[in-house]
Amino acid sequence: MKVIFKRPESLSSTPTHYCPGCTHGIIHRLIAEVIDELGLRERTVGIAPVGCSVLAFNYFNFDFQQAAHGRAPAVATGIKRARPDLIVFTYQGDGDLASIGMSEIVHAANRGEKFTVVFINNAIYGMTGGQMAPTTMPGQVTTTSPRGRDVKDVGYPIRMCELLSSLRTPAFIERVAVHNPKQVINAHRVLKQAFSYQRDNICFTFVEFLSTCPTNWGMSPIQATKWLEENMLPYYPVKNFKLPEIGEASNAG
Amino acid sequence: MAKILMKGNEAIAESAVRAGGLLYFGYPITPQSEIAEYLAHRMPEVGGVFLQIESEVAVANVLYGAAGAGARVWTSSSSPGISLMMEGVSYIAASELPCVIVNIVRCGPGLGGILPSQGDYFQAVKGGGHGDYRCLVLAPCSVQEAVDLMPLAFDRADRYRNPVIVIGDGMIGQMMEPVEFREHSFPPLPPKDWATTGCQGRKPNVINSLYLDPVEEEKLNFKLAAKYEQMKRNEVRFEEYRTDRDLDCLLVAYGTTARVCKTAIQRLDEEQIRVGLLRPITLFPFPEQQIYELAQRAQFVLSVEMSTGQMVEDVRLAVGRTRPVYFYGRAGGMVPSPEEVAAAVKKYRSGGEK
Repeated sequence: MKVIFKRPESLSSTPTHYCPGCTHGIIHRLIAEVIDELGLRERTVGIAPVGCSVLAFNYFNFDFQQAAHGRAPAVATGIKRARPDLIVFTYQGDGDLASIGMSEIVHAANRGEKFTVVFINNAIYGMTGGQMAPTTMPGQVTTTSPRGRDVKDVGYPIRMCELLSSLRTPAFIERVAVHNPKQVINAHRVLKQAFSYQRDNICFTFVEFLSTCPTNWGMSPIQATKWLEENMLPYYPVKNFKLPEIGEASNAG
Repeated sequence: MAKILMKGNEAIAESAVRAGGLLYFGYPITPQSEIAEYLAHRMPEVGGVFLQIESEVAVANVLYGAAGAGARVWTSSSSPGISLMMEGVSYIAASELPCVIVNIVRCGPGLGGILPSQGDYFQAVKGGGHGDYRCLVLAPCSVQEAVDLMPLAFDRADRYRNPVIVIGDGMIGQMMEPVEFREHSFPPLPPKDWATTGCQGRKPNVINSLYLDPVEEEKLNFKLAAKYEQMKRNEVRFEEYRTDRDLDCLLVAYGTTARVCKTAIQRLDEEQIRVGLLRPITLFPFPEQQIYELAQRAQFVLSVEMSTGQMVEDVRLAVGRTRPVYFYGRAGGMVPSPEEVAAAVKKYRSGGEK
């Protein structure tokens, strides 16, 4: 019998702890597929963040390090500088990367560290129970913005792709989504492009995934998908922001 | 090899390179920036890595990554910078990764000043960051000793899979002394088969300090504790000076302060006041047994420090109630003079405060 669908070798058989409708599972699988397709599994090191995906090391079938909150780009820098032959990626949420780890991500990008960042933006803190994130949308209700995010008080959500693409250092920076099959197929292509750039030692690579968090958004998975389309997509456009071939920042804002 | 005159910071850097510490990540801070400056030109010569990182917070986490990938990695800083590293050091200790951290201590708290101090004793020997862990702490008292301790620091970090702190002070870092780079040899180290180097031909390795199950976390805590007990049995280092006689006073001092104490002891000899010195070279593990035994041959014990009294707590624990334990210290970047130490000895010899 011909096998037409199976678990990628880079994905372990451990069931994940993620909530129903959460997009971590899709993104984990995309990473595993891409690493398999590029034949990189045996020289890949992933870095798990602090947040919902802290246990990511249980779900992949290759070496992993678990990093302190926000410090994954520093940890990745250490691994990559010690062993440039390894394929290194960080997997970070929006609180981890865009709040407590803002310094580490900006400077790693600016040094042009040749690893890949998988950035999960679901506009909320998941693991700690639904608090406001730096990416929380204006007016969005969270446990720490119970009357909705007030941009006059706490500012606007941070757009990481736009921010990082303002740096002069060459990089590959793109935002994708995974809320429908068409977007998943596109995300797969973009992620493969990022890992290919790393494999060829070209540049820093950054892929932002717009994600849903039905549990902490207080919605069904279908409602969450609709909310993402209506609220996040207009503010966080899905597109490429920077290619390494273009020296100057393209900075499409 | 002939002796050469070198500044402490540069000698430490060169010794680390010769010991195979070929990956250095750091952030500038007085009074130890010469270490980074020296390595910025030296590392490329030897095929090593020098990289200036955006903050000490990040540095400690870069060390975590590099150590986890099997590298012999180190950094240096001074007190405020070491405080920023404590997050990463806790993770490094918990994940049992080897690295060497040089702290050229300056006075504090807060921004403090840039002059020598021993005010980071508590931070170095009592853990420093969050959670239940210890670092092995080596305290040189001369540039030569700092040079000699660096290879030991790297070896013990690898052997115990634990951070090792080399604690100097602004004096050790800034002064020039003649040094000789000697060959050091150690027994073979076990292979780093736990490192994340790619899983070719084996199951994946994971470097992690998260244990949500309290049974598992306690298991880690007890495993680490057993390692620290092993250090206490095997790694205690100290120097004795003029202790080959019955003593009026036993001085306990480390680093620069111990040198001041030796001069004070020579002056007191002329007055027929018999004083000996125990100089801890390892601050953790602490030479508590040796201090206890020497204290029994003295009338009293005096801990001399560039602080307002930190190591004295461990001296008291070692001596117990068997002898009076006193303290003399200068702080804020002030270095005690031999005359001040001698005066403190005489004060307590005649019964202390009157």
